[in-house]
Amino acid sequence: MSTAAEVNIGQDVQHDEHHDHEQSFISKYIFTTDHKMIGKQFLVTGIMWGIIGVGMSVIFRLQLGFPDMQMEWLRPLLGGWISESGQLDPEFYLALVTMHGTIMVFFVLTAGLSGTFSNYLIPLQVGARDMASGFMNMLSYWFFFISSVVMMTSIFIETGPAAGGWVVYPPLSALPQAIQGSQLGMTLWLVAMVFFIVSMLLGGINYITTVINLRTEGMSFSRLPLTIWSFFLTAVIGLLSFPVLFAAALLLVFDRSFGTSFYLSDIYIGGEALPNMGGSPILYQHLFWFLGHPEVYIVLLPALGITSEVIATNSRKPIFGYRAMIGSMLGITVLSFVVWAHHMFVSGLNPFLGSVFMFLTLIIAIPSAVKVFNYLTTLWKGNIIFTPATLFSIGLVSFFISGGLTGIFLGNSVIDIQLHDTYFVVAHFHLVMGSLSVFGLLAGVYHWFPKMFGRMMDEKLGHIHFWMTFIGVYMIFFPMHYIGIAGFPRRYYSWTNFDAFSAYTDLNMFVSIAAFVTVAAQFLFLFNFFYSMYRGKKAPQNPWRSNTLEWTAPIIPEHGNWPGEIPKVYRWPYDYSKPGAKEDFIPQHIPLSQTPESNLEHEVELAKKEVVGKTADAKSNT
Amino acid sequence: METSLNKEQQLQPSIKILSMHPLKFALWLFIVSVVMIFAALTSAYIVRQSEGNWLIFELPNIFLYNTIILVASSVTMHLAYLAAKKDNFKNLKLFMILTAVLSVAFFIGQYEAWGALVDRDVYFVGNPSGSFLYVISGLHAFHLVSGLIFILIMLFSAFKNKVHSKNMVKMEMCTTYWHFLDGLWVYLFIFLLLNH
Repeated sequence: MSTAAEVNIGQDVQHDEHHDHEQSFISKYIFTTDHKMIGKQFLVTGIMWGIIGVGMSVIFRLQLGFPDMQMEWLRPLLGGWISESGQLDPEFYLALVTMHGTIMVFFVLTAGLSGTFSNYLIPLQVGARDMASGFMNMLSYWFFFISSVVMMTSIFIETGPAAGGWVVYPPLSALPQAIQGSQLGMTLWLVAMVFFIVSMLLGGINYITTVINLRTEGMSFSRLPLTIWSFFLTAVIGLLSFPVLFAAALLLVFDRSFGTSFYLSDIYIGGEALPNMGGSPILYQHLFWFLGHPEVYIVLLPALGITSEVIATNSRKPIFGYRAMIGSMLGITVLSFVVWAHHMFVSGLNPFLGSVFMFLTLIIAIPSAVKVFNYLTTLWKGNIIFTPATLFSIGLVSFFISGGLTGIFLGNSVIDIQLHDTYFVVAHFHLVMGSLSVFGLLAGVYHWFPKMFGRMMDEKLGHIHFWMTFIGVYMIFFPMHYIGIAGFPRRYYSWTNFDAFSAYTDLNMFVSIAAFVTVAAQFLFLFNFFYSMYRGKKAPQNPWRSNTLEWTAPIIPEHGNWPGEIPKVYRWPYDYSKPGAKEDFIPQHIPLSQTPESNLEHEVELAKKEVVGKTADAKSNT
Repeated sequence: METSLNKEQQLQPSIKILSMHPLKFALWLFIVSVVMIFAALTSAYIVRQSEGNWLIFELPNIFLYNTIILVASSVTMHLAYLAAKKDNFKNLKLFMILTAVLSVAFFIGQYEAWGALVDRDVYFVGNPSGSFLYVISGLHAFHLVSGLIFILIMLFSAFKNKVHSKNMVKMEMCTTYWHFLDGLWVYLFIFLLLNH
């Protein structure tokens, strides 16, 4: 495939008024440089990974809920990973939890969430024809694709995929003789992650450049939709933290394959001393969590941004505290880089250092609480329209509260001694990071589906999907807090050997059943998604009566997004239910001079200075 | 088709908002990510060093000579840039070739420096003190290869007369990147000098 030719196609199609452009299948759907198609590629790949990642959790929830179960019936799928006696192979269990974590955190909630919506929405919402570099954007997807292929391959090799937990701490991950999963599977994991990092950097550089350089006239930073602010800050975090993971992975590769001792020292295996001397496994933890913690916010912020937009639109109210929202996101961005050691309280960290990190960690509660407060006050007394997207956004706020509160416990270096590596941690981050971000992703899909595919998703199915998922998530993760407080450690294959935990047999069974029901509900979404793509009700141009620029583009935008000129922007994106206005929303491209009835005092002055360009479509869309 | 925009025109509205070209801006962001990799490695170096069991050895002198060569290449690169700005094509080509030659000399010098390390019984596999030195200088050399490729591309287009005062974006990017890589090495060299 000649990439040079693709670049030329990419450049040729970026023109103003030329709709019926013939493109080959390959340049339109595969090696595309169009940000909308790339966003959809990320979305569909993310959904595929989601199915695999969630499927893995079903298998290990079977093991945890029903430890004596005969799993012979899974043999057609898992083959040799089911032992002679019909049990799940313990090492494969470790591989499952490792891959579940890796897939969900990186492939679904990083690539699938910010890859999809940053790509799709940034140019449409800031008023650009495409990303700064369509070619780099295409590379970003295809590096992600290569990474996916490598990671997928590792699942099918004889020794199994990586099994050292998604954090892949050495020495376990560095020594092939330690477990099967540290052999070829671990090598492939590292290779896949290197490609993934390259992909995220290419994408992130593009997002930042586009937001800063390619905004349409009038789109100042104080008029950016909060979605764009969140994608922008996410990209900044990624740009600063992913290179550090690259460094960590590089040193691990040298330790594994070249015999260096960055992370290894004084290790005996089978009574024999290894030659590695002078390394420090704690060093890896520092490097890893310097990415690992910001990664949490890479996953979280886009979901929060999507929620801001969806909640404001569907409450028919301006977002409460627009500037406070931006400020708190900036605060979270900065703080995300100075709290990584709260993952290492029990690693032998200096207790004084622990106190510093504890203090910094607890400060994050402030911007988070500001955001929660603003969501609730935006909803307060709004004319709420309960679309599936609204429901998922409200569900997200709920998880932000319930999951965030347990973060205050875990952020305490003393309480962490009891709770570290227990199911309490699992419950905490599945609520506040996992479920929250998945809900953000789902809210985004329900909200922007009409823009992506020109059709509506079925609302009733969406409601059923929401309620099953929302209740299901709490059924799964609430009981886990109790199991965790009791001290049950995460990542254990079996807990039936410990008398202390036999009291939780029923609870674990309950959690597993809740998980199966919740997973089943996701098939409603999958059906709704793919069915509506072809058979859904045709969407109007602005189905949610929203203010942002993407809804001024044609129902299915061509290359270049807007036929004719790019709309100019005259106001912020949250003019909902403005007193005196004819409608309960005034899109961003409507000049103040056209809405004298609703202008505030200072806007009357601004309207006089306003130079309204020849944006013909601005009038036709009023 | 007469309304079709080429890449340059498509990026027009931006130029009104910010005077920086998007691709140049993207290059700066890339530089930020490279800075982060080396920030990670050098801080890992310090953290690991403070834990003791750290082999101490003299840095080979050749690293100093290499640093001088690389700084010289930065100077010639800048002269090439100035020549391009003044449409002095003869000097442009001359200084670009000089830059390329100097950077190749730097590579050879770094290779020699590794040889000198081995002569002092400092190996890649062994005490992390030595391993870090190889990784840091190796990763820098790896980035320098990308810079050299960029220079060769610019040299190639200079010979096709595509680099001139009205088409400076790529040339400016190339100059920025090369200065950055040189500055990065100067930082790494001083860092290693102070902390070896």
